[in-house]
Amino acid sequence: MTEDDARAAVARAFREERTSVLATLIRQTGDFGLAEDAVQDAFAAALVTWRRDGVPDRPGAWLLVAARRRAIDLARRSRSQHERAARLAASLDPDAPAEEPDPIGDDRLRLIFTCCHPALDLPARVALTLRTVGGLTTGEIARAFLVAEPTMGKRLVRAKHKIAEAGIRYRVPEADELPARLRGVLRVVYVVFTAGYAPADGDRAVRAEMCAEAIRLGRLLCELLPAETEAWALLSLMLLHDARRAARTDPDGRFVPLDRQDRGRWDRARIGEGLAALRRADRPGPYQLQAAIAALHLTERTDWGAIAALYDRLCELAPSPVAEVSRAVAAGFADGPATGLTLLEPLLAAPAMRDYQPLHAAHAELLRRTGDRAGAAAAYRRAIELTGNAVERAELLRRYNDVQNGGAPATVR
Amino acid sequence: MLLLYAPETDEAGERERWGEMPLWLEVTESLRAAGVLIANGPLSPPRSATTLRVRGGAVELTDGPFAETREHLAGYYLLRCADLDEALRHAARLPMARYGAIEVRPIAEVP
Repeated sequence: MTEDDARAAVARAFREERTSVLATLIRQTGDFGLAEDAVQDAFAAALVTWRRDGVPDRPGAWLLVAARRRAIDLARRSRSQHERAARLAASLDPDAPAEEPDPIGDDRLRLIFTCCHPALDLPARVALTLRTVGGLTTGEIARAFLVAEPTMGKRLVRAKHKIAEAGIRYRVPEADELPARLRGVLRVVYVVFTAGYAPADGDRAVRAEMCAEAIRLGRLLCELLPAETEAWALLSLMLLHDARRAARTDPDGRFVPLDRQDRGRWDRARIGEGLAALRRADRPGPYQLQAAIAALHLTERTDWGAIAALYDRLCELAPSPVAEVSRAVAAGFADGPATGLTLLEPLLAAPAMRDYQPLHAAHAELLRRTGDRAGAAAAYRRAIELTGNAVERAELLRRYNDVQNGGAPATVR
Repeated sequence: MLLLYAPETDEAGERERWGEMPLWLEVTESLRAAGVLIANGPLSPPRSATTLRVRGGAVELTDGPFAETREHLAGYYLLRCADLDEALRHAARLPMARYGAIEVRPIAEVP
């Protein structure tokens, strides 16, 4: 087989089998770092062996056996872990056949719940999930979250130590704790998506690779937990947003608000998949409401009354600053800017919200629509001060200049 | 009850401390021989800690040791648990979790 063919086969196996192989090996060795190294070496070995002997019938099984042998070697070699290596060597039979995957106790699900354990802080959960479940490199994760690579490396090492030392067990939570723990997992996936879709800093409006990774994780969760309606709802929400990705910036990289987007550039296949996922989410929940709102935003004539009503429910069910601000914006379109401003009042008075950029951007927009140009200009200035994303700043500056010059009012969603 | 506090150290410092093991054993054994010792154990490092609070009926977890200085150490439970989740489940039942904080840390395995 040619080198290119072998390379392609290994790349495909990496995409399709890596998470399962790693997840199973972590269960068998009880050691994240060791399992990661061993799996990496197994893929390197595959490149050589498959080129010589051809691709095995079951690449996943081949990789698991190779990685398990490698794990035993690595454990024996590290002197400091002598006793553990002996235990490991005794418990792992290098010649045992690879186990058939167990659909109920899927190791990938164990891996996801362990990486998203609430005793790890949120940035550690996000990083570990991307590294271990997603197979991203430390450098890729560091760039997505704008931290130096060594800092991200330390965060990952610390998280793995914590799992080992604190006694976080490698398991899927029991039925009674599953709902709360699943909410934590979905949150991690959504943080990854948001890091891609609305980067807080940097020069780009979107980091597509992070959106793609979050959607991949979302699909995996739906595959592993098909009865969980909020998992389907999150997948739907991400797909419906991602479908509009290409239309969100113009050829010069400037932000294009929803009502001025070229609908021809929306991804119809993504929208279809997103709406299908939304139909699987047939119980109200925080993501279900947000996905339903995203679906309403796709219609030709936006039904702001319906959107405002969904935000009302969202603020009851899962209150958050972003939901409260969005509710005020929606009510501002449905019932007029004065209603929106009334809803913003308590938020503007809250000290915790003082540096919340979307609040000031929404405030500016509502003031502009009431004709209060001076007030709007001041609120835009505040929003501009608080944004670190270059594309977002350019759009806010444009609107600021509009109110300053008394130019034609810009439309804004 | 003797509560032991240690400044953080690096790997070399750790090795130096482990080198003092005979001194620790000597003290421990003499206390045991005198019938004074009830229990003792080394805690695993602060990075293994999880701090639990119950607020508004909901369990809140923090990754790391209990860091506020205005509260005082008020008591302890030593439990045998299968894993962190079990320890957290028990900790959440303590009334003090509702107004104070419970730091959960494993006893270190002595190599």
